[in-house]
Amino acid sequence: MTVALTRRPVLRLIPRPLLFGGILIGLSLVLAVFPAVFAPYDPIAFDYNALLAPPSRAHLMGTDNFGRDVLSRVIHAFTIDMQIAFFGTVFPFVIGTLVGALVGYAGGTADAVFGRVVDAVITFPFLVLVIAIVSVLGPGLVNMYIALGVVGWVFYARIIASEIKIQKRLDYADAGRAMGYTPMRIIFRHLLPNAITPGIVYLMTDMALAILLGSSLGYLGLGAQPPTAEWGVQIAEGKNFMSTAWWISVFPGIAIVLTGLGFSLIGDGMAELLRTRK
Amino acid sequence: MMERREILLSAENVSKNFAFPRSLTQRLTGKPAVAVHALNGVSFDLHRGETLGIVGESGCGKSTLARCLVRLHDCDEGRIMFEGRDVAALKGTERRQFNARVQMIFQDPYSSLNPRMRVRQILAEALGVHKMKPKAQIPARIAELLDLVRLPADAADKYPHEFSGGQRQRIGIARALAVEPEVLVADELVSALDVSVQAQVVNLLLQLQEQLHLTVVFVAHDLRLVRHISHRVAVMYLGKIVELGQTEALFTAPRHPYTKVLLDAAPELDPARRSKTVAVKGELPSPVNLPTGCLFNTRCPHAFNRCFTDRPVLTARDPDHLAACHLTDFGLPFQNELTA
Repeated sequence: MTVALTRRPVLRLIPRPLLFGGILIGLSLVLAVFPAVFAPYDPIAFDYNALLAPPSRAHLMGTDNFGRDVLSRVIHAFTIDMQIAFFGTVFPFVIGTLVGALVGYAGGTADAVFGRVVDAVITFPFLVLVIAIVSVLGPGLVNMYIALGVVGWVFYARIIASEIKIQKRLDYADAGRAMGYTPMRIIFRHLLPNAITPGIVYLMTDMALAILLGSSLGYLGLGAQPPTAEWGVQIAEGKNFMSTAWWISVFPGIAIVLTGLGFSLIGDGMAELLRTRK
Repeated sequence: MMERREILLSAENVSKNFAFPRSLTQRLTGKPAVAVHALNGVSFDLHRGETLGIVGESGCGKSTLARCLVRLHDCDEGRIMFEGRDVAALKGTERRQFNARVQMIFQDPYSSLNPRMRVRQILAEALGVHKMKPKAQIPARIAELLDLVRLPADAADKYPHEFSGGQRQRIGIARALAVEPEVLVADELVSALDVSVQAQVVNLLLQLQEQLHLTVVFVAHDLRLVRHISHRVAVMYLGKIVELGQTEALFTAPRHPYTKVLLDAAPELDPARRSKTVAVKGELPSPVNLPTGCLFNTRCPHAFNRCFTDRPVLTARDPDHLAACHLTDFGLPFQNELTA
């Protein structure tokens, strides 16, 4: 009885989705940081004695057309794909939050101009715009981050600006003004902590999207470059062997699904946890 | 009594409009801006140490006036003078000093406190920004402020959502007092609270006023409350002060017909004292299209020709009891003249 009483609040504090999402992403991070510890083989070493080998004891996820161990490649790809999840979203998040907070607070002309910029960006399909920018800059991960930063910030800015517009009308913002606080203090110390929750929730979803996008660009040859192990690249490499060696594409696909799910669950859990108490 | 006469803050013919946003096409076709006339030439003096009650129906501009007094709004016309200086001209350090000396308490205790800051942070921020105390003394001062508003010391480490409405309003008062203001503008201080809690908070304000020699502007729609705590009362109608006088004189012998109907409309428990007169007729006119002449002419039972052409100004023979009504020109207090 006492055990139940003491344990219950702790369990209640962590929303279920956050718990499961945390486990998935926690494991992903461990694999991303120490891939060599878990990978049984060198991810780029060719083995001509085991070309297109199906899953077996020696190769749990089989091998590809160069005899590379798919499991080792999937594990090593965590390093790249978790990086994509982070760098593909952190710049849009930071830039978008800053711009959104300032524009939302200023309102008026700044907001009107900002609204048109947002309209202009979202008129283009996201992927097409990113592909266009990467094509101009040249393929590679750094250019992909730049492209994501250029396009992605508007989504965060829009979310944060609309939240700031709600918060700035509340009395505590007026109380700050009546206290003689500077606009910067009111925006960043008072309004933003109350406005950022949907931004953080979106950030988590966006990390899942960034991995998918990174994989898509890898698949198209615009992101990570072969022979680097990256899930999108691996799926692309396996597409010619789908009917004979399904494992080359399917296992990286499962990895994408699981990490994407992990981030989404964390996003859901955060939404629950960060909800303002009334 | 002499002390009361020192003018600390005054409004001089203050007007404030809020324009409706115009669409691009409206702007291009040159459609004139439509505006709500929230304040239409408000003038009054606030004497040091007094409590000035401001009453009126909702939408009469009470809150706008309160916000203009603390410079949350800038006036469109007229000016607000603090110790003989136009507050709109204050910049930088002077402006911050003005903010510290004229503080505001807000109506809604649920939105006036940042939900993500502990009480300690809320108070420490005010103390820190205005450099009220050296860093080492801030915790002691916070404890002192909480004691001042009768909150337990452990309140400092809680978040606003852990308090009731009345307690939150006390935190709002403590925040305002942190910067040691001389003038406290209380906008509907207790209207969001349960009746049982209202008295506690109002009495706290009265005690604090005495203890700290505060000058208070008490904005409310509750006549009985205003009568209870104010030395003088200003009655507002459609963004204008229609009557301003000593509390008892104004409540017992109103000089403006609007004040009269307002007082008659107040519910009375004692049947013997219940008013026989009819409550004020009609709706408050739209503050977008103000009536010409006297603003009250659409509802006034005594309106005559002049009321539809000239707007009366706030005047009186007795400088302690002003009214903006043409009838006062006849010399006698309005009530004796016209009710029988």
